Amino acid sequence: MAGAAAVAAPSVFSGSANVIAVGVLLVEFGMFRQALLRDQVRLYAAQSTLISVLAVVVAAARHLPDLYVLAGLSFALKAVIVPVVLRRLLRGLGGRGEGPGWTDIADSGSLSLATTVLVAIAVAAFGFFSVAALGIHSPVLPTTALAISVAVVLVAFVLMIMRRDVASQAIGFFSLENGVSLTALVVAASMPLILEIVFLFDLLVAVVVFGLLIRVHHGRAESLSTADLTRLRG
Amino acid sequence: MLVVVLLLFILPAAAAVICLLAPLAVARASTAAFGVACLGLVIAVLPAASRHDLAYLGFLRIDALSVVFLLATSFLYAAVAVYSIGYLAHDDRRDPGFARYSRRFWVGLNLFAWAMLAAPMMSSLALLWVAIEVTTVVSALLVAIEDTDGAAEAAWKYVLIASAGLGLALLATIFAYYAGAQVLGQSYDLAFSPLLRVAAQLPHAPLQLAFVLAVLGFGTKMGLFPVHTWLPDAHSEAPTPVSAMLSGSLLAVSFYAILRFYQVCAVTLGPRFPRNVLLIFGIASLLLAALYLFGQRDIKRLLAYSSVEHMGILAIGVSFGAPIALAGVLLHVLAHAAAKGNAFMGAGVLVHKFGTKQISAIRGGLDLLPWSGPLFLLAVLALGAMPPFGIFRSEFEIVEGGFASGGNAAAAVLIIGVTVAFFGLAATTTQMLLQPRAPTAGHSGADQAPALAAVGTAAIPAGADDHRAGTAPRGGPGDHPPSSAPLARGEPSAWMVIPVAVGAVVLIVLGVHPPAELTDLLARAVRELSGAA
Repeated sequence: MAGAAAVAAPSVFSGSANVIAVGVLLVEFGMFRQALLRDQVRLYAAQSTLISVLAVVVAAARHLPDLYVLAGLSFALKAVIVPVVLRRLLRGLGGRGEGPGWTDIADSGSLSLATTVLVAIAVAAFGFFSVAALGIHSPVLPTTALAISVAVVLVAFVLMIMRRDVASQAIGFFSLENGVSLTALVVAASMPLILEIVFLFDLLVAVVVFGLLIRVHHGRAESLSTADLTRLRG
Repeated sequence: MLVVVLLLFILPAAAAVICLLAPLAVARASTAAFGVACLGLVIAVLPAASRHDLAYLGFLRIDALSVVFLLATSFLYAAVAVYSIGYLAHDDRRDPGFARYSRRFWVGLNLFAWAMLAAPMMSSLALLWVAIEVTTVVSALLVAIEDTDGAAEAAWKYVLIASAGLGLALLATIFAYYAGAQVLGQSYDLAFSPLLRVAAQLPHAPLQLAFVLAVLGFGTKMGLFPVHTWLPDAHSEAPTPVSAMLSGSLLAVSFYAILRFYQVCAVTLGPRFPRNVLLIFGIASLLLAALYLFGQRDIKRLLAYSSVEHMGILAIGVSFGAPIALAGVLLHVLAHAAAKGNAFMGAGVLVHKFGTKQISAIRGGLDLLPWSGPLFLLAVLALGAMPPFGIFRSEFEIVEGGFASGGNAAAAVLIIGVTVAFFGLAATTTQMLLQPRAPTAGHSGADQAPALAAVGTAAIPAGADDHRAGTAPRGGPGDHPPSSAPLARGEPSAWMVIPVAVGAVVLIVLGVHPPAELTDLLARAVRELSGAA
């Protein structure tokens, strides 16, 4: 198996798909350490841009003109509109003399950064190898990118679990959705455009609701930290 | 029939628009009217759907299975719409926050019902996922509506956990697309009927992955252990009408999504794999929830854990796979919607009366509430699967199916779990309803005489302490001393009794003699689920 893979160099398409998928995964890891809400949102925009680039690559390689439209829409929504909406909704949550968007979410990790990253690497490796072991193959499918996309989803879960602030948790969910988009581009590139648009619209609704609830939380807790959310138990 | 189905799809959304624009009195009346109208529409669709599938306009598809869930949802929509009139009637109308609060409430309630009614009508797995995601975001806002610390916390946990779960469900949908596109070609649009038609030829690995992800993802919203953790929080902090809909319909609609995946996977992979997955989740949920029913301090959390228990029973029932068990599962969906709706609505009246959700402060409910007390007791007995209520019949069928299909151990565990849960639920409820109110601190025995006299006079109007505690939307907990004054005997509002009484009648009818039309519907739905329709 490994010998065969070494002999046949990957095509330009699957090579670039895999590289972009790795990029998405690395950005996901970056979210573990961002200290400012604004930077967290920027990182999400960067990740979304990578996804849009992948959509263009897939469109060109597999001659699916619909995907150019999707790439444009997805870029407009996830890299432009969602950050703008979040910035508007979260404006004024700064406090402590900081400017809007500068809200501090540093040190919200429940474990140290190094430990968190190690956990995330282990989880990502688990996702990567278990999907590879499932043996989902097809001639047009960059298998490595598929496995990485599942790893992105799992690392997004680690992000949501490990960081105890509402902003990172929300961004964690949005980036989870990015991971799912990555999967969709790899295994379901020909999915009808209308469905993709519905999914994007749905994401926008979710972003607005998340933003509103972050406001509600901030209004009551006076911070973005979730450390105090321990009243309801049992 | 197209008109009926379209109306069913449009009416709740129209009600939401009316509630957004019209005066509050109109909003109230139209919600109740549209809720009852939706129930009527579903009943009108019922006979046709138990004969053949209905498909319209490409995106609407109704078969017998959908109608079962439409029936449960529209029944609760109607009941809750009427109940909410009474629920909000005791708020202070001069309070500047009241108009804003109740407008949000009515708009949210209708949108929530719309998304839940739309979900079983969708023709494709993708649209089904979208509808369920919409139910999440709308209901998260409804959970947060009370604007207390607890509500904010519950809403955040709910929206985050449920959305993350639905992320997995979306992944499941995409793998299902991949599997379908291998056979149906690249232009496949995830429509359900073609997928089912070619189910036998689909590739196995992606569909296995899709099924597990779907159970985990939609199971998060259905409240299956170990991803149920948002459920007790959201159910206890939401306004009572919303809790009733969360528990009776939202969980059921998520279960519907799992059943759709099950329907395909049972053909592709054979029944063994999907049944085993469901059995594991079902047993875990049932046992955990049955134990959590003991020692609960909050009446709404108690009912929430009862929901986890019943969702576990549904999963176990499907895992048995025998037709009688599947019929039991579908009947259980209906009976659970009626019983849990009743229990939450009854609990809402108790909370209103006593001004607290704390079980320890609620005593003597049967004396104080001449209608709601007995009705709440009946609802709890129904939840505990006592005859002659619908849940007795449905659980009996599930257990029978378990023994018939050779799942003896699982059926035994089911019986034990249900019994344990019954004792947990019954012990707490009888305390709340039957145990007499202790004389409050500082009152001597002689003080009991006037207290009893006050109990005897039914017509004392709802006092200041009576009205704001029940909903306590903006007052926050703790500003109402639970047992400082003797409470008057009497119901807070007739609107809060009528839907519960109707629900009790429905439960008895389902248990004693389900109408023939319903039996036909369930029979066809079972054939669909077993791949024989």
